[in-house]
Amino acid sequence: MSVSPELKSGLTLALIAGVCTALVAATWQLTAGRIADNQQAWLEQSLAPALSGLFYDSGVTESIITIPAPHDLPGNADAIVYRVYAEAEPVAALFVVNARNGYAGPIRLLIGINTDGVVTGVLVLQHHETPGLGDRVESGKSDWLLQFNGHSLTDPEPAGWAIKRDGGTFDQLTGASVTPRAIIKAIRKTLEYFAAHADEIFAAPAESPEEVEP
Amino acid sequence: MSSGAFIARVKNGLWYENPGLVQLLGLCPLLAVTATFVNGLGLGLATLCVLVASNALVSASRRWLIQEIRIPVYVLIIASLVTCTELVFKAWFPALDRSLGIFIPLIVTNCAIVARAELYASRNPVTASMLDGLVMGCGFALLLMTIGAFREILGQGTLFSGMEMLTGGEPVRGIVFVDGGWLLAVLPPGAFFSLALAIAGKNAIDARRRKRRQDTMRRPGRVAGRLDQS
Repeated sequence: MSVSPELKSGLTLALIAGVCTALVAATWQLTAGRIADNQQAWLEQSLAPALSGLFYDSGVTESIITIPAPHDLPGNADAIVYRVYAEAEPVAALFVVNARNGYAGPIRLLIGINTDGVVTGVLVLQHHETPGLGDRVESGKSDWLLQFNGHSLTDPEPAGWAIKRDGGTFDQLTGASVTPRAIIKAIRKTLEYFAAHADEIFAAPAESPEEVEP
Repeated sequence: MSSGAFIARVKNGLWYENPGLVQLLGLCPLLAVTATFVNGLGLGLATLCVLVASNALVSASRRWLIQEIRIPVYVLIIASLVTCTELVFKAWFPALDRSLGIFIPLIVTNCAIVARAELYASRNPVTASMLDGLVMGCGFALLLMTIGAFREILGQGTLFSGMEMLTGGEPVRGIVFVDGGWLLAVLPPGAFFSLALAIAGKNAIDARRRKRRQDTMRRPGRVAGRLDQS
């Protein structure tokens, strides 16, 4: 019995596709665990600067809650809060919020606040600011974001939560004032929200309770 | 394969048929990632692995390859190998994977690989094809490293910075020549300039060799011989 050339081509292709799929599947089996570990480690490592000067023994991303919009935090989208613990006691909360009024769309910020209401670190996660001007707020490009560490709602007074040009206490960026204004406003709003809702935030059940350390 | 043919193959891969310098294949990743030496080395190694493995698989399956379906078969083989390479990089060199980003998956579009499959592996035995993949991959990787080193020295004033992405351990700044550098070298135009210089350099060397060979052919004895004839 002879096989038609079309059938032969199809069978050959199917066979090779099968072999290739098996190859990829086997590699995936071998690497999946390591890749997941790497990604988790990278996430923890990149969030750590928002928790400067704090002792904590829980994973940064182990205890997550979502605050659905509308809320009093900056931005219209749902806000994500990572809760961080030391010996099962809450020590800080990390807020992922969108600062509106950026020069080009919202600026996604990660703001770390400890249980005393003091800023422990601010990171820019995503933005569309002008390269060379507004984008200098990024942590890799200047130390501008570090100046908020250690400040709280009472230090400076509410009027001081502005750039120096507007009569506040914080440095501006030469050539870019819209971006710093938006970020400072977002930090202050987040601090106000935390002052009003800290107890609720730490009392809320985590969204992935099986991952919370006892 | 005789030793003469072996040496000819190696010379072809590294110099006379260098995929980047002569065939000008795979320029997209070449230009995009060579801002530092370690990036060039990383992508060079990844491309080398894919090239050797794809040549081996294409060569091993060449007896069943039917003319009409050979291209889909190459695509299947190369795409699977690149996916495997990407997974291996993500698992063992996560920092390098982040630094190279989309250019690891984009190895699949590197025409140097499909070119070797079509021109060599599909009509030669497995060991010869693997050797071909090895030398062609080395030629490409060496070019990536040369351009990477050149741009890194000019653009950042360093060499071998970020080697921890391959070796693990603490971040290293590498050999520091000067602080800061000529920014243009690490920007996209710098990639084009560097490649142009590399190609010009290769052509200059070839031209000088050719001239020297012609000079040796015009030795007095031969000239005299010609005179005798006339």
